[in-house]
Amino acid sequence: MKATLILANGTLFHGRAIGATEDRVCEMVFNTSMTGYQEILTDPSYAGQGVVMSYPLIGNYGVNHEDNESARPWAEAFVVRHLSPEGSNFRCEDTLDSYLKSNHIAGIEGIDTRALTKILRSQGTMNGMITCAEHFNINEVMEKLSAFRVEGTVERVTCSEPWTLPAEGERKYRVALMDYGMKRNMAQCLAKRGCEVTVLPAHTPAAEVLSGGYDGVMLSNGPGDPADNTEIIKEVRKLYESDLPIFAVCLGHQLMALATGAKTHKMVFGHRGGNHPVKDIEAGRCFITSQNHGYVVDAATVDPAVAAVSHVNVNDGTVEGLKYSRPNCFTTQFHPEAAPGPMDTEYLFDRFINSMGGDR
Amino acid sequence: MPKDPNIKKVLVLGSGPIVIGQAAEFDYAGTQACRALKEEGVEVVLVNSNPATIMTDKDIADHVYIEPLNIPSVTQVIEMERPDAILPTLGGQTGLNLAMNLHEQGVLEKYGVRLLGTSPESIRKAEDRQGFKDCMEEIGQPCVTSDVVESVDGAVEFAEKIGYPVIVRPAYTLGGTGGGIAYDEASLREIADRGIHLSRVGQVLIERCISGWKEIEFEVMRDSAGNVIQVCSMENIDPVGVHTGDSIVVAPTQTLANREFQMLRTAALDIITALKIEGGCNCQFALNPDSYEYAVIEVNPRVSRSSALASKATGYPIAKVAAKIALGYTLDEIPNAVTGKTTACFEPTVDYCVLKIPRLPFDKFTTASRTLGTQMKATGEVMAIANSFEGALMKAIRSLELNVRALKLDKLEGLYTDEIEDLLVNVTDERLFVVAEALRRGFSPKKINHITKMDIWFLERFKNIIDMENALIACKGVPDPDTMRRAKEMCFADSYIGHLCGMAQAEVKALREQYGIIPSFKMVDTCAAEFDAETPYYYSSYDGENEAEDTGSGKKKVLVLGSGPIRIGQGIEFDYCSVHSVWAFSRMGYETIIVNNNPETVSTDFDVADKLYFEPLTAEDVQNIVEQEHPWGAVVQFGGQTAIKLAKALTDMGVRILGTSSDGVDAAEDRERFDAILQKCGIPRARGKTIFTTQEALDAAHELGYPVLVRPSYVLGGQGMEIAYNDRNIEEFMRIINLTVQEHPILVDKYLMGRELEVDGVYDGEDILIPGIMEHVERAGVHSGDSIAVYPPLHLEDKHRELILRHTKNMARELGVLGLINAQYILYNDDIYVIEVNPRSSRTIPYISKVTGVPIIDLATRVMLGEKLKDLGYGTGIYPEAPYFAVKAPVFSFEKLTDVDTGLGPEMKSTGEVLGIAETFPQALLKAFKGAGLRAPKKGGRIIVTVKDEDKRELLGIARGFEEMGVELYATSGTCDYLNDNGVECKRVNRVTQSHPNILDMIGSGTVDLVINTPTRGRKHDSDGFKIRRATVEHSVGCVTAIDTARALLTVREQGRSEDLVPIDVTKI
Repeated sequence: MKATLILANGTLFHGRAIGATEDRVCEMVFNTSMTGYQEILTDPSYAGQGVVMSYPLIGNYGVNHEDNESARPWAEAFVVRHLSPEGSNFRCEDTLDSYLKSNHIAGIEGIDTRALTKILRSQGTMNGMITCAEHFNINEVMEKLSAFRVEGTVERVTCSEPWTLPAEGERKYRVALMDYGMKRNMAQCLAKRGCEVTVLPAHTPAAEVLSGGYDGVMLSNGPGDPADNTEIIKEVRKLYESDLPIFAVCLGHQLMALATGAKTHKMVFGHRGGNHPVKDIEAGRCFITSQNHGYVVDAATVDPAVAAVSHVNVNDGTVEGLKYSRPNCFTTQFHPEAAPGPMDTEYLFDRFINSMGGDR
Repeated sequence: MPKDPNIKKVLVLGSGPIVIGQAAEFDYAGTQACRALKEEGVEVVLVNSNPATIMTDKDIADHVYIEPLNIPSVTQVIEMERPDAILPTLGGQTGLNLAMNLHEQGVLEKYGVRLLGTSPESIRKAEDRQGFKDCMEEIGQPCVTSDVVESVDGAVEFAEKIGYPVIVRPAYTLGGTGGGIAYDEASLREIADRGIHLSRVGQVLIERCISGWKEIEFEVMRDSAGNVIQVCSMENIDPVGVHTGDSIVVAPTQTLANREFQMLRTAALDIITALKIEGGCNCQFALNPDSYEYAVIEVNPRVSRSSALASKATGYPIAKVAAKIALGYTLDEIPNAVTGKTTACFEPTVDYCVLKIPRLPFDKFTTASRTLGTQMKATGEVMAIANSFEGALMKAIRSLELNVRALKLDKLEGLYTDEIEDLLVNVTDERLFVVAEALRRGFSPKKINHITKMDIWFLERFKNIIDMENALIACKGVPDPDTMRRAKEMCFADSYIGHLCGMAQAEVKALREQYGIIPSFKMVDTCAAEFDAETPYYYSSYDGENEAEDTGSGKKKVLVLGSGPIRIGQGIEFDYCSVHSVWAFSRMGYETIIVNNNPETVSTDFDVADKLYFEPLTAEDVQNIVEQEHPWGAVVQFGGQTAIKLAKALTDMGVRILGTSSDGVDAAEDRERFDAILQKCGIPRARGKTIFTTQEALDAAHELGYPVLVRPSYVLGGQGMEIAYNDRNIEEFMRIINLTVQEHPILVDKYLMGRELEVDGVYDGEDILIPGIMEHVERAGVHSGDSIAVYPPLHLEDKHRELILRHTKNMARELGVLGLINAQYILYNDDIYVIEVNPRSSRTIPYISKVTGVPIIDLATRVMLGEKLKDLGYGTGIYPEAPYFAVKAPVFSFEKLTDVDTGLGPEMKSTGEVLGIAETFPQALLKAFKGAGLRAPKKGGRIIVTVKDEDKRELLGIARGFEEMGVELYATSGTCDYLNDNGVECKRVNRVTQSHPNILDMIGSGTVDLVINTPTRGRKHDSDGFKIRRATVEHSVGCVTAIDTARALLTVREQGRSEDLVPIDVTKI
């Protein structure tokens, strides 16, 4: 079946429909990872977004239940150059196309994804619609596209009830993991290090966390504009004012910055991929990181008395990590839990463990 | 400036002659490294014995020594140049081993030379088998479990510990003779027993069998601060068991999910970190296709063939970055030249698929075993880029220049399906096509996967191509737009679509253009379009957006066609010529566009030309580029046969051929036209006849008088040419020649036994410049590429010199040459006879440019653009001789190719060459022999001689010479009697067919220094001579197969003085 991708700037891409065939309006972003499409699809941070894969051969190894980063895929739409009709891998359970269909993700293949990526890079992330309709009123579509905004996503993706992931081996710590759209591997990275992880809904009051008997708090990644989360930011402030060790990633990192007086802003096209170099200023070393964010903390708004930039992006100099003057509080914009992408910064979980008292 | 201001002068070691396993990639790496060093203001001293390289140019390094790559000569260079440091990791295994030896023997310490980059301790750890294994164990990286055992019971015990199946490898037998895979105890007992028996030391290695696992490679880099990155991942389509150099390789990996991918990426980074490598490193893994289990197969702590491929596949210049790391820079301090904004500290991400196919030499060595295994056999490779796997495969197949235009080998069509199934088991260079044929016969990918262990995803892609073929066939005539688009997206050639649909190629092109299906060009930018890039590096696709924009320079555009994959007969020399012509055009103010498909070369480095198109070199693919760029002119005379054969097609496209026209090329190859020219100019050539039958051949031979040269016409590169000395020879050759149907007559020429002379010249339409005359040591009958060439000739009378000048000039004029001309002559009976003329670049250009100091390619390029030699500063006529002798010696790769006859003849067999330069001929010859690794026996040494009757008289003097030097002579009965009868003392050794110990046993005993064996002509593959020659290869005993080479060795022994050799800086010539 034919499908069309209509961008808010009026560009049309004609291709073939994959996945669900209903119309879908979303914010189009591109990701440059060459592996890990399933982790990307199931990353709650993509809620409200359509993902364009810049690598052209997608679906080669099919899908399996192990690689899900959450209970379901959250991306609204999926855009690829070539979708592999079959998956070949010892863990393969299904083809990607069938997975997209059964999870109601709209998609399109057979388009010039490089040209599309270049548009998003130069003109910035923009809304788009995928439709299988042969005829459509372009003005109506444009209205729809300009009206669309990614919002209320944290509420949509967070868990409704707290749940607990037991520690692997002996339990050394109890960690509260604030779920703003958490990737499963984040909890697993903690559990692997002997933490019993309690995953808490995004709107859990700070008081409840502080009285829960936890050894530390982790703030997860998540979708949308961080500044929209005004209530959550207030609670994060309370966590900050406690003496509980805190480690925050991505949206969590942005929320902590906002809670402590800094500002965030939307980037032109963000960072999404598995090849971003980040310099750890203290270690004097660079690491290749996994990234997925469209907003960034504005370095100039960080009060030096509150926090110092600990990590910077080697490509564009943006803030990739903050170390707070308050003891035992550090945050990163990139994803040390990877999944997908390089696992080179997993050592930060060890740092968090140390901040809770080390290998006791 | 280097970070360490004490590094002012750096010594770079090259990799020596091109051999199988070590090819042009190190010229690319070394050239890039030298340029990176010079960029930092470092003075570069280069040593490499290979004169055909770009790195040995004075534009690349400040001091260039084309000297043997051994301890004494490099020590001398160090003594003379006193470099501050040495860069060891860019000259392949040769350069690395040499640097390590210099370090271990204290030479570096003595002269205060620092090893840059990776420390010797780290290199040793990576190179030493046990040390590496221990290190891997320490960091928890699994290696392939193995142990050496000396008894069958020991083998069984170990196998039970590691599990069946196991590989049994007997120690010290060549090519793994006697080994095998044991699936259970019974078969292990049998194989181990045989192996222990066959092994000279009674040992076998029992190794866990991982054949059939996926073979995955990572190119990784590390700097002194400990920053580590992965540049490129690669997946071999052939599973573990085939050398990666002989495997079809795809980049990036295709069948690994993120979890497996990151597991191996992390392993590679852990390894480079543990080894503390500073620079580039290649890690090879085997991955169990059914689990997360993996094993480290090999680690190369240096720049390699894979890193050249990775650089071209991603646009990330590994060698350049490695050189900067060696100077102390960290990755984040090195700018990314592609984006101009980011740094070298990132991981390239691609938005296309890259495929490499090796180029194997079985078209030349028809008798060689085609089986692929752990010993590499490929001489070169091609790479293709497309946005689909299918497209990259179709392009790569076309690039191979094997007369195959698609995933189809016609000869397989005639086989029974049973035979196809049997062939699937054999791993050969043709297996890809066997798999395709099996799919055509309806084999399921699953079934083929079961037999070949190739991943089903790849097999499905092959099947996709075959389904596409069927869809085109089903169109019966005119394909619809959708089918046409899908076929073009898979990069099917118009000609192949036409073949399937029953249309002419031009009709297909017209139809698809009518459908609006036209190629566009995409950029290789290291970052999948995430950043704005300005790399002028393109590949074709059929996607909408075209990125190959006009540069708007307003300059005239010149298209330079490269020479494709390295193969026997067309080597790195032509890349040298292509690159130099690009630089010359650039200096003359032209915009340069290069087309090539060889990832190993300098020409495919994106900063050589203004634009690089990485595409197959077929008329159709080149036409796409022509229609995109509308070049003002095209150059074909520098890219070897690959480029020359496109001349006519380009002319038909309306592209101006710069230099000699395609008609001139044709006139030199067409015997009648060429004879007419010779007659007109009064240039003699050997008398000859064209014949069809054996009787006619015999009559012709009798009329001309033996010996005669017999060859089929319309064959290039001396293929199938033989010298006949008698009627028996004629009868045998004619039988062989007539095994294949001959459409053209067979040529019988009088064989003139004289001195062979060769010249390269530049002709401008009025004047000619001959930079130098070369003389071949071996007389005509040995292919010029395989003979030792000497510049200048030892004794050449002025009148002959004048004749050569006059003949070359006259032929150039009559052929309409504009630019280069190469001519070969024979000096016979006081006259100069012409053998062959080629109006194009030759393999001697780089060598003669370097030893004469005449920039031949630059002059040829300027002449093509209308300048006159008399204004170019190098004069006309024969250029004054240099005060040096330069000897070029061929280098072979026989030890890599079993079943190939090492005897030299009219067919070229060498893969590379070395040069020796000295003030006297014997000294230059000595250097060349040293560079080529051939040693003349010393006093007390032993030579076995066995020569054909025609050579016996000449052998006498040579044998006597060696006898006088105190060398012991051995010979089989005929030669032995002849020598003894003529007063040369010689001991008898039994023939191959006689009782033990015979000549083969003696060669195997390690007591022989040299074998002189001249082949009895004819193709009797199983002759004694063949066995003797192969035995010398297998036991690393020197072997010369031409009487003239033997004489040259004697000259060296008599007059050469190792202790008097002095390195010569060729930039000072």
